Amino acid sequence: MARYRDNVEAVRNLVRPAEVHRDVYIDDEVFQLEMEHLFANTWVYIGHDSQVPNPGDYFGTTIGLQPVLMVRHTDQSVKVLFNRCPHKGTRITTETCGNTGKFFRCPYHAWSFKTDGSLLAIPLKKGYENTGLEQSHAGQGMTPVRHVHNYRGFVFAKINDFGQGFEEFFGESLSSFDNMIDRSPVGKLEVAGLPLRYMHNCNWKMLVENQTDTCHPMVAHESSAGTAVNVWKNAPPGTRKPMAVEIFAPFMSPYEFFENMGIRVWPNGHGHTGVHHSIHSDYSAIPGYFEKMVAAYGEERAKHILGENRHNTVYFPNLMIKGPIQLIRLFKPLAPNKTLVESYTFRLVDAPDVLLERTQMYNRLINAPTSVVGHDDLEMYERAQEGLHVDANQWVNVQRLYDPAEPVDVTAETNGTTEWQMRNQFHAWQKFMTMSM
Amino acid sequence: MTSPTDKEIIDFVIHEARLLDQHRFEEWLALYTDDAYYWMPLEWGQTDPKLVGSLMYEDKLLLQIRVERLKGNRTFSQKPKSRCHHVLQTPQIDSRDDAKNEYVTWTPMHYVETRHDDQQLYAAWATHTLTVVGGVLKIKLKRVDLVNCEAAFGNIQLFM
Repeated sequence: MARYRDNVEAVRNLVRPAEVHRDVYIDDEVFQLEMEHLFANTWVYIGHDSQVPNPGDYFGTTIGLQPVLMVRHTDQSVKVLFNRCPHKGTRITTETCGNTGKFFRCPYHAWSFKTDGSLLAIPLKKGYENTGLEQSHAGQGMTPVRHVHNYRGFVFAKINDFGQGFEEFFGESLSSFDNMIDRSPVGKLEVAGLPLRYMHNCNWKMLVENQTDTCHPMVAHESSAGTAVNVWKNAPPGTRKPMAVEIFAPFMSPYEFFENMGIRVWPNGHGHTGVHHSIHSDYSAIPGYFEKMVAAYGEERAKHILGENRHNTVYFPNLMIKGPIQLIRLFKPLAPNKTLVESYTFRLVDAPDVLLERTQMYNRLINAPTSVVGHDDLEMYERAQEGLHVDANQWVNVQRLYDPAEPVDVTAETNGTTEWQMRNQFHAWQKFMTMSM
Repeated sequence: MTSPTDKEIIDFVIHEARLLDQHRFEEWLALYTDDAYYWMPLEWGQTDPKLVGSLMYEDKLLLQIRVERLKGNRTFSQKPKSRCHHVLQTPQIDSRDDAKNEYVTWTPMHYVETRHDDQQLYAAWATHTLTVVGGVLKIKLKRVDLVNCEAAFGNIQLFM
């Protein structure tokens, strides 16, 4: 029996000002509605245009559960097409990425399409004469995702006409992208190799919430970061602090550190930790890097760019970026209790290789399926996914530092251990879920 | 030991897997030289461990952190503990260089890791670069290439 479909009120009631009903994490029907509404009404991250540098290059991903292709068209623009032959539904590409040349060709019946999706040719076309193919959906070619925006290399798409334009949806939050990109002396990023892919048996939103949860590191990561700090204490005096310890140690900072670092919320569910400082603030300087930045931007602006040390920026619904370490994490929903996490690293074009070395180290120490920090987090998510089936309490609490007068859809800075950003996300969840119902 | 026999090299690689299967992690760690690395590439045929992503590229300090962590009272992802099981083909000696004191073996293997009711099977090739230090064989580099290195995995908590 449908409880939520065609019942806007029931969906709306899943979110209260400071708590959330468990069905947003465990209910099949709510998940299906997320795929139909939330992921269609919001701007979802597709990929970086350095993944498709040349005409004909393509990269396959998903919006919610729907397969799409990002492709470099002959006019150099980046298109996003649903990855489906308009004829019988066959997925067009077999590889995640590659080059298709001047056109896509369906491997089933050889229908072919230009790289903007339009129909190029059908074998034995005479068989369709006077059948009205031109008026059918199939006759239109591969369906493009209607709204696509390339922001300084980062490509987003929105399926529905509902919802906001790109600039309105992201607003000031784009400053986190700007900072990550400006860290290259030439203002350019490139994807650096394959992503780490990590399968989580939990709901995708648990991961998104965790990005601004600053009360868990010193508890959940005592096992990994805490052990690292303890093992390092036994190093002979005078030993140079390894990069790995610089990465691990700040996770064990006290609550006060996280309270003081601050959280900024933005409209539409976006927000970030690390307004004043962050776990990335005290990394060793990389020889030659600052000088390059000064040469490119001037000293004042170079200092300003490198002085920003935002910890995690959440782009609602399912992207997190780390500007100071040049990596992004994409939380791809597969089922209510299954999420694929992809962690991509970026090279700062024209910056020293040591920066990329640190980025890669951070990614494998924190985000890999072989990462001990990742093990700490996933254990908690999976325990929550099971624990939420307790009927005695059906609500998840996000009340920390809640003020009943708390405004919604505003820009604000606040205490770094607040759960305001989680409430901000659920307000956005409720808004974008119901706007097309 | 001036230069190890083929049998000593083969026995060493098999012994290493046994220590892991029996959770004798400190004895296992002692098999590695102080400047050793344990590497699990993310890409097929990967040649660069630093500027390209890897599943693991860990020096002895990081390996020691893992071993210590496995014992921790607040290591929640190890409550209950994982167990592992190695099935090795006989290690093949790809190169012996007595002058350089370097011996390289290649060992196809299946690795099983279990926890709770889950049991995961991984297929891999282990490449050991060995050297003799103070009369005993040690590992300079252990490289584990998973057949499906770029696949999406759940937790892999122990050592292959």
